Amino acid sequence: MNQAFFLPCAAGLLSAPVGVAHYLVVGAILFTAGVVCMVLKRNALGVLMGIELVLNGANVNFVAFSSPELRGPGAASLGLDGQAIALFVILLAAAEAAVALAITLNFYNNHATVDVDRAEELKG
Amino acid sequence: MTAFSGLSGQLSSPLVPLAAVDWHAAFFMLFAALACACAVAVVLADSVVRMAFYLVLSLGATAGLFFLAGAEFVGAMQLMIYVGGTLVLLVFGVMLTAQAPFVAIKPSTGDKLLAGMVGAALLAVLLQAAFRVEEWRRPAVAAATAPAPTATPLGMALLGMRVDDPAPGSTGVRSGYLLPFEIVSVHLLVVLVGAAYLARAKRRRTPRAIDVAASAVPTVERSARPSSSALISGGRP
Repeated sequence: MNQAFFLPCAAGLLSAPVGVAHYLVVGAILFTAGVVCMVLKRNALGVLMGIELVLNGANVNFVAFSSPELRGPGAASLGLDGQAIALFVILLAAAEAAVALAITLNFYNNHATVDVDRAEELKG
Repeated sequence: MTAFSGLSGQLSSPLVPLAAVDWHAAFFMLFAALACACAVAVVLADSVVRMAFYLVLSLGATAGLFFLAGAEFVGAMQLMIYVGGTLVLLVFGVMLTAQAPFVAIKPSTGDKLLAGMVGAALLAVLLQAAFRVEEWRRPAVAAATAPAPTATPLGMALLGMRVDDPAPGSTGVRSGYLLPFEIVSVHLLVVLVGAAYLARAKRRRTPRAIDVAASAVPTVERSARPSSSALISGGRP
């Protein structure tokens, strides 16, 4: 969309009371930072931290949509479902971090580095 | 209570009246700025240890946002699992793998430029999606009543019973989260057993690359400190 729509909305966020759009902006920034971290870092641990940031940004959106206080009157919200999904995302992120760190340790033991660009045995 | 309000009124009367400050919005801005700034700092930092530190700050500020949105149970879980568990795991990973030449592995300038363009495009798309829906931008009514605590309904729902208010217009039986809860718990068990299996110290037939690298350094330095392979494998021969 054009800037004539975009800029007043961004400026109006500072004066308006906190709503869902505020949380969505925070979630979008966290998600983008995570994606850039994933594609940019060559350190395997940095890629892991990018994944954590992406999951965290998604969690912010889930919690914002689940809160009835952030919506206008009468608007539907996810209710308890959003918070339950956020809990499951946190738990699965912990599991994913454990496995990914084990793989990273294994990779470090075999290659003496954590540079993901050095993992090229499976390259066709 | 009265002494506190009198003191605060005294302090703030020349400037902004304290009652006029929207504390919800003020704390939201604080936590949101902290979360976003630290997330960007994770991207910009070169050292892995600094990245982990900024990640702690960002995740902690996000937990504050969860508390502000009325999801105190999820916020507490975020603090305990993410900040308490995952970050400890990450820092252990940093300690077990980081050595001087490998701490900062920098991407090239072209990669940085490309990643910046991709990130800016993605952010523009996401922000437009966030502003697109009128209902999401509508200012919320000032919540006169404190939000209901969600820990009890969430805990009961994880046991299969829903005690929270149904959404307006919904009818019929609402299911809890007992089956996903069981699936996630078994999943966590399997994953942790698998992680312990993957990360165990193995007896090897061929010398590892790390041992080859260690044998390349002069013998004086090697005798001064134990080799890292001995530390990792717990001192086994």
